[in-house]
Amino acid sequence: MAWRFNDHTPVYLQIADKLRSSIINGEFPPGGQIPPVRQIAVAAAVNPNTVQRAVSELEAEGLLVARSTYGCFVTEDSEAILRVRRDAAYRLVNDFLSFAQEMSIDSDELITLIKEVANGSSGMQEPV
Amino acid sequence: MAVLECKNLYKSYKSGKYVLADMSFSVPSGKIVGLLGPNGCGKSTLIKTVAGLLVPTKGEVFVDGIPVGESTKSLVSYLPERTYFNSWMHVDELVSYFADFYADFDKERAYQLLFDLSIDTKARLSTLSKGTKEKVQLILVMSRRARLYLLDEPIAGVDPAAREYILGTIVSNYDPSSTIMITTHLISDVEQVLDEFMFLGYGGQIVMAGGTDDVRAETGKSLDALFREVYRC
Repeated sequence: MAWRFNDHTPVYLQIADKLRSSIINGEFPPGGQIPPVRQIAVAAAVNPNTVQRAVSELEAEGLLVARSTYGCFVTEDSEAILRVRRDAAYRLVNDFLSFAQEMSIDSDELITLIKEVANGSSGMQEPV
Repeated sequence: MAVLECKNLYKSYKSGKYVLADMSFSVPSGKIVGLLGPNGCGKSTLIKTVAGLLVPTKGEVFVDGIPVGESTKSLVSYLPERTYFNSWMHVDELVSYFADFYADFDKERAYQLLFDLSIDTKARLSTLSKGTKEKVQLILVMSRRARLYLLDEPIAGVDPAAREYILGTIVSNYDPSSTIMITTHLISDVEQVLDEFMFLGYGGQIVMAGGTDDVRAETGKSLDALFREVYRC
């Protein structure tokens, strides 16, 4: 099944995001090997050069380590993965907050709402 | 070395009007290039010239450094926009036909692809639908181990699911030593497999060219959106 991509960000960045998530959530564990570029390219139905570019991006971030001929591995530095995970969470919250600010919902209200929703009781009215 | 190189290429038909005018470009190996432009801008003319079916009015075309001619036909695998097979032939006859014709034809690969798309190899071509015929033709073309693949509208007649499979086939067939050039109007479907694009204009020139992902990085637009902007009617 081809992956879905949005129309405004470079595809290689979108692939990098997806690989980064897989590393953060442990699907690709520290020290583990990731699938070959070609295999990812076929699965995503994208150009292998684009996947390679995404992989290089993550290499530059220190998340992936290429071992020539053996393939590409997730770093064993779990501190680094935690840092990236934190950064990702931070960006997510930032985006969320600026979105909420546009609707002038303050953070106290948001926190209450988040707790409510997380506990399964939604403040929204049930459709009749 | 460039797999494909055009130097000051001109092509005119009987009317004398240039369909291609002073076109110069080169494509290195390992690239998938989209040749894009509005109807009648010369995409197929360019492809046919590179395939050696048309003779340039002026200028030169090289494949792998060899001037286009008889000897480059073994390096180039060309998918025409129309099917040219005899409709009385059976699919497996066509496979043997291609295997006889082209030393670089990979029979096993062809049968694997035919199987994946559940195409009956015992079927006579005339009994197949338009889309299935197109699939057969594309499979045969992609089963060669060529240096340069020229695909003229490869996915126009096939359904979206098969389209995805075919693009996957193109990607998995990708060999860093070969190059693929695709013309299409279905830009949004093809965009993510393209390394580079070339927009052709009515004057027979390249109006814009570059890396596909660079378009998004620089303009925040997809190639499809950029195309609509450049060629707004």
